[in-house]
Amino acid sequence: MSASEVQTFTPREFHRQAHDALGNPQIRANFRKAMDGLMAKRRDVFSDWDLETLRELGANIRLRALAKLPDLLERLEANCQANGIQVHWAENGDEACRIIRGICERHGAKAVIKGKSMVSEEMHLNAHLEAAGIEALESDLGEYLVQLNEQTPSHIIMPAIHLNTDEISDIMHTRTGTERTRDVDTMTAAARAQLRERFMAADVGVSGVNFAVAETGTLCLVENEGNGRMTTAVPPVHIAVTGIEKVVEHLSDVPPLYALLTRSATGQHVTTYLNMISSPRKPGEHDGPNEVHLVLVDSGRSSIYQDDELLDTLRCIRCGACMNHCPVYTRVGGHTYGTTYPGPIGSILMPHMMGLEATKDLPTASSLCGACGEVCPVKIPIPDLLVRLRRESVGEGRGNVPGAGVKRSKKEVAVWKGFQWLATHPRGWRSSTAIAGKLQALMPSKLGPWTEYRTAPKPAKVSLHALVKRHQAGKFDEDGEERS
Amino acid sequence: MSARDNILKRLRERTDGPLTAPPSNFAVVTGRGWSQQERLTRFERWITSVHGEVVHTPRDDWTIALAEVLEAKGIRRLALGREHPVAAEARAALAEGDIVLIDADRDIETWRHEQFHDTDAGLTSTRGAIAETGSLWLWPTSDEPRLLSLVPPIHIAVLDADTIEDTFFDVVESHGWANGMPTNALLISGPSKTADIEQTLAYGVHGPRELVVLLRHAEEYP
Amino acid sequence: MTPVKLYPAKPEKIYFYGTCLVDLFYPEAGLDGIRLLEREGIEVVYPQAQTCCGQPAYTSGHHDEARAVAAAQLDLFPGSWPIVVPSGSCGGMMRTHYPQLFAGTEHEERANEVAGRIYELTEFLLHVCQLRLEDRGQPEKVAMHTSCSARREMGLAETGPALLARMGQVELVEQARAAECCGFGGTFAVRHPEVSAAMVEDKTQAIEATGAKRFVTSDCGCLMNIAGRFEHQGKAVEGEHIASYLWRRTS
Repeated sequence: MSASEVQTFTPREFHRQAHDALGNPQIRANFRKAMDGLMAKRRDVFSDWDLETLRELGANIRLRALAKLPDLLERLEANCQANGIQVHWAENGDEACRIIRGICERHGAKAVIKGKSMVSEEMHLNAHLEAAGIEALESDLGEYLVQLNEQTPSHIIMPAIHLNTDEISDIMHTRTGTERTRDVDTMTAAARAQLRERFMAADVGVSGVNFAVAETGTLCLVENEGNGRMTTAVPPVHIAVTGIEKVVEHLSDVPPLYALLTRSATGQHVTTYLNMISSPRKPGEHDGPNEVHLVLVDSGRSSIYQDDELLDTLRCIRCGACMNHCPVYTRVGGHTYGTTYPGPIGSILMPHMMGLEATKDLPTASSLCGACGEVCPVKIPIPDLLVRLRRESVGEGRGNVPGAGVKRSKKEVAVWKGFQWLATHPRGWRSSTAIAGKLQALMPSKLGPWTEYRTAPKPAKVSLHALVKRHQAGKFDEDGEERS
Repeated sequence: MSARDNILKRLRERTDGPLTAPPSNFAVVTGRGWSQQERLTRFERWITSVHGEVVHTPRDDWTIALAEVLEAKGIRRLALGREHPVAAEARAALAEGDIVLIDADRDIETWRHEQFHDTDAGLTSTRGAIAETGSLWLWPTSDEPRLLSLVPPIHIAVLDADTIEDTFFDVVESHGWANGMPTNALLISGPSKTADIEQTLAYGVHGPRELVVLLRHAEEYP
Repeated sequence: MTPVKLYPAKPEKIYFYGTCLVDLFYPEAGLDGIRLLEREGIEVVYPQAQTCCGQPAYTSGHHDEARAVAAAQLDLFPGSWPIVVPSGSCGGMMRTHYPQLFAGTEHEERANEVAGRIYELTEFLLHVCQLRLEDRGQPEKVAMHTSCSARREMGLAETGPALLARMGQVELVEQARAAECCGFGGTFAVRHPEVSAAMVEDKTQAIEATGAKRFVTSDCGCLMNIAGRFEHQGKAVEGEHIASYLWRRTS
């Protein structure tokens, strides 16, 4: 897409957006190349690890944090406050935006510089601040490029992964006057120069949090670029914003999660920086912000928390491995999902945030191949959760997801009841000579799309039931019991 | 009720009842049992794999190695602390030369422009390093503030070979990090980098383009 | 993935659960599987009351209907013999999801008991029968697509290739991205036909690029999908269930 086209995406248009993405060779090539590379790097970097044991530990650390969540949040708050970090709570994204805007306004802030934060994307913080006359500039290179192009990230770790070098050169040229080049070092140096001025001029830095340590009141940020360190150390005020599930109990819980995160996300054995912040600038210290704020956002998380099965969604450490390994994401790209979090994790998380009505095509946008669950560093059973949300969609779950039952249709229920009748009446199943034809008529929708790309399966003239009967004639009775 | 109370109430009055925390077995992130030589080899292999440079030097002559690095990289203006022995020894050794020594132990507001635009390199000490990942650990102080290792285009870090430990978990545990965290604790593994432009690695996107580790050995390094 | 299974000694008798796709579209594959087992001296019981494991309703979220269908299958295996299924998908449903589906119901114990006796066909032939194969066919290159359910849900990425490795005249070639889904996914192919089509297109291209003129698979859903795509394009690459392939070349 050229720099001038601004496109908006919504989960309601998944099918149309998927159609467009599938027909776009550039998108297809960019994602395929990137995902192939990421999968190979992850495989290599874990090759000398006891990965299953490490994943088990990661899962148990996250489950322990969730088991103690309310206590840990209170402990995090108390320890942060004791360290001088101001803690705020927000029921939803709007409230979080208002809190952040309020802090900015108290400081007369006109310019906010941002480190990467998916939670801030989730609440559309930039638009909220801009509406209040406060400029919010992304500083992660990928986020910066996406913002220049008036887009949203297409991947939670690599926001600009949908763009190739030429497209980025175009964007930087059009938006910043950078000379056109195919040299990545030149473009990177140009962005460095552009953003350094903005760091110095920024009134407030806004960042996300990878792990918030309850035991010590420490905010951990994982990154390669150094923009996160800049954001949290150069402006006079730092606001960290995060979901309430990001808390971990102990500082010693961080090393295993960090080991899993970097290897799962980008196949790196470690990132350039692990930045651990426990307080604002203390008396006698010479740099760092004078104020640090932590905004804890719920936005549907406490609702997910209620249900033993759905709870597993909250284990996520946002590595993106599930999307890197998803054959659907690889084909359609991140924007097609029309949600802040795309891919498998988005499909199990966004229905809680946006409701199943808006997101009803997401839980079905998976062949349940299991690749996501296989690579998840904290062993979230993503395929099972996709099935659970399908149940909720058709009104056969527990009804505790917003929009539950939205996909329940009389026609489809009739189809499955028909299937149930046939499959529980073996004589009917067997005696029906044109059974395949009948099943075809019972399929949820027409077989049309199948035959557009593939030859239709041909029902066999003689079923296996009948073949076996002939084969084993006389050996067994009707129910498979051996005749005495 | 406040948002805080509402959220905590919902979490406490969970529909499906209280949860049980599973035990965590940390064996997989500790107990490597590497020899000093293995630690050195791993540390160097990993940090150089991400574009870090390692310069081995005898403990006593390290400022000679520093001067050579400054010379080789054309560094004219070096920011550094004052109190830490690393800074003090560097200052003493460089006092007579033509390298401009920039004081890092002052409020950033008084020299921000100089730090961003007119400093070639920052020199810092380190508290130790991690063999498994090739990471330095730094706890910035008022003497060596946090931006010293970030803003100048080159970061020169001084590391003593005998402070390299096996894993991050080992460092956190053996040094009792949880008993008192500093304002800012850092792991640094190589220079700043990005792969946001079509997966192509580029260095120095926001932080230093180069990271040089002066690895000091108490005894002769083979 | 399920934990590593301790395999029993070769039994005298087994139940064969053919699956609905085999029953309706690939009955020969089912019969060939039965013949392979019988050649090992095992008596094969084929319960005639079997229909479908219930998976299509299960993955569509219609668990009430899936449970009713699955409950009917639980009655088919009164003896304690292993249950062999020529499909990782249906095998995975019965081994992994039956216990979930019936948790907290009156059928829970029986579902767990049945689940514990489920074996995918290639798994059973390899690990329980320790199958020896005498290849009588012509030298041939063949590609294999292991279904995602067999690979990930049942942890059986290696059983099919291991059996093919025992075929003296067969050269198993590995296609690019062998572990990637072919795009079938049951109702996924119907609900998201374009995405599914893009996936099967890539899969057929990868198989074709190996130079093999034949591919085998242990799941008829994948077979229907991949072979259907080859046929639709008029490509001379043929697909076959691994049971038929093994039987055909060794009988």
